[in-house]
Amino acid sequence: MIKRRKFSEALFKALGLSALVLAVGTLVLLFGALLIDGVGRLDWQFLTSFPSRHASQAGILPAVVGSTLVMLVTAFVGIPIGVAAAIYLEEYARRTWLTELIEVTVTNLAGVPSIIFGLLALGLFVYMLGLGSSILTAGLTLALLILPVVIVTTREAIRAIPVQIREAAFALGATRWQTVADHVLPYSASGILTGIILALSRAIGETAPIVTVGALTFIAFLPPSPITDQPPYLSFEWLMSPFTVMPIQMFGWVSRPGEDFAANAAAAGLLLVGMTLAMNGLAIYVRYRMRKRVSW
Amino acid sequence: MARPVDGPYIDSAGRGDWPKPLKAETCELSFYYGTRLVLKRVSVPIAECNITALIGPSGCGKSTFLRCFNRMHDLYPGTRYEGAIVLYPDSRNILDREVDPIEVRMRLAMVFQKPNPFPKSVYENVAYGLRVRGVKDRRAIDEKVEQALRSAALWEEVKDRLSALGTSLSGGQQQRLCIARALATDPELLLLDEPTSALDPIATASIEELLQDLKRRVTILIVTHNMQQAARISDWTAFMYLGELVEFGPTKRLFTTPAKKQTEDYITGRFG
Ligand SMILES: Nc1ncnc2c1ncn2[C@@H]1O[C@H](COP(=O)(O)OP(=O)(O)OP(=O)(O)O)[C@@H](O)[C@H]1O
Ligand SMILES: [Mg+2]
Repeated sequence: MIKRRKFSEALFKALGLSALVLAVGTLVLLFGALLIDGVGRLDWQFLTSFPSRHASQAGILPAVVGSTLVMLVTAFVGIPIGVAAAIYLEEYARRTWLTELIEVTVTNLAGVPSIIFGLLALGLFVYMLGLGSSILTAGLTLALLILPVVIVTTREAIRAIPVQIREAAFALGATRWQTVADHVLPYSASGILTGIILALSRAIGETAPIVTVGALTFIAFLPPSPITDQPPYLSFEWLMSPFTVMPIQMFGWVSRPGEDFAANAAAAGLLLVGMTLAMNGLAIYVRYRMRKRVSW
Repeated sequence: MARPVDGPYIDSAGRGDWPKPLKAETCELSFYYGTRLVLKRVSVPIAECNITALIGPSGCGKSTFLRCFNRMHDLYPGTRYEGAIVLYPDSRNILDREVDPIEVRMRLAMVFQKPNPFPKSVYENVAYGLRVRGVKDRRAIDEKVEQALRSAALWEEVKDRLSALGTSLSGGQQQRLCIARALATDPELLLLDEPTSALDPIATASIEELLQDLKRRVTILIVTHNMQQAARISDWTAFMYLGELVEFGPTKRLFTTPAKKQTEDYITGRFG
């Protein structure tokens, strides 16, 4: 009897271990292959060149710039709206059937396939608002995509603040806004920031919705510079510029025949993985740093 | 809002025991959580610059009663007050619909059962009430912070680490920090909800001593589970049971010759 149980225990251990090895091993293999294929190609020339018909002269500059600018728009639009919506839902809205409905919808939106957001954006931004296949459109699309994630994580971070802290502020005569601005937001900042970074790191790798709104795969110029030499020294022309982003550039190279372009794709993949990992690392660091300061 | 002529608070000694002058008074105060009636026409006088203790078994509505004074229940939907809480000397019913709860909270201060300092510096904890009131003058704030910390008998312990986190202090220090935070805004009435129940005997003694000191300047209403504490520190005691006021009177008399059987049973430990 006991022998039998020991045996099943050992069996389960072995099964679990092999599942783990399989999962992690596959990941390591994939990443290793990417590394072997791409690391040789990942040099300064690659980072600063435009795409080319010749694989060895091709570079990823427009894609890096495109990704950065799109993320800028996404962050600029998605974060304030998401955080504000979460604050409203958590701190101001009364519990009614309408807010319940909004809550359920937001939570479910976080699970909607990203290409659906692309379709929605194509109809809304490209056709209805006439924004074209621009950086602005892509940024707004990804902002929509991260909005539910930002709302959900912000609400969770806000909800983690004990009610006693809020009551202490109110008892001192603080208004709701003062309580939010002086206490709720500062104390939940680490959680909110973590959520934002994770949402952005997801958005930077998104391909489907960006393809849907019409990003290019081959682009030989940069968007107009946001800083000009004439007053008012700022230009927003870049918002309306055509663009590409890193995952699309990568896909463009993957779909080409030939070993050389495969190396380019691997290098682009490495860069993308590296950026995502860096953002996740930053999220962990932020949480760790700020958690240590805020406790109750 | 006439003062009830004949209420349950009138004890054997009659009206002679009615405190004077009053800082506040509840008149037939009833309170509902949703449809649940938790306070039933409670009328209690709060004597100025005295300590009034509220005792009663768990769940009888002491905290609920206390939280009516600074309209804390307004923060949650579905709560309802009836009757009045009159604040003197302006004889204003602070439960009136026209009265802004924030205006009420500006005049009173509250210390909670569990110390709840903000995860900010000691200094900012005490200064927060002033900041909310729009005080900008750095020197004025400095002065008030020191004064409040001295009143709360905490100054000597924290004067060298005003920038340390309030949450990094010990439990007793945290509670005194909360008292300092409450005192910094010169409240007319200080509400304390079992302020020592989370503390050890030494910290408790220091806070009791502190309250004795404070009552020269501030009116104090304190909820306590601990009957010895009520007997030790308060001038007046109200005994509540199941949301009703059973007896109110001078502490010494209430603990030696209670007028009601229920009071006697409770203070002699036969129930509750
Ligand atoms: N938010 C709430 N919603 C509904 N009922 C509540 C709520 N808070 C308290 N009550 C009920 O109201 C009654 C009085 O509660 P209260 O907290 O005022 O008691 P208390 O005398 O302070 O008890 P304790 O000595 O344990 O702190 C209790 O029966 C409690 O269950
Ligand atoms: Mg209580």
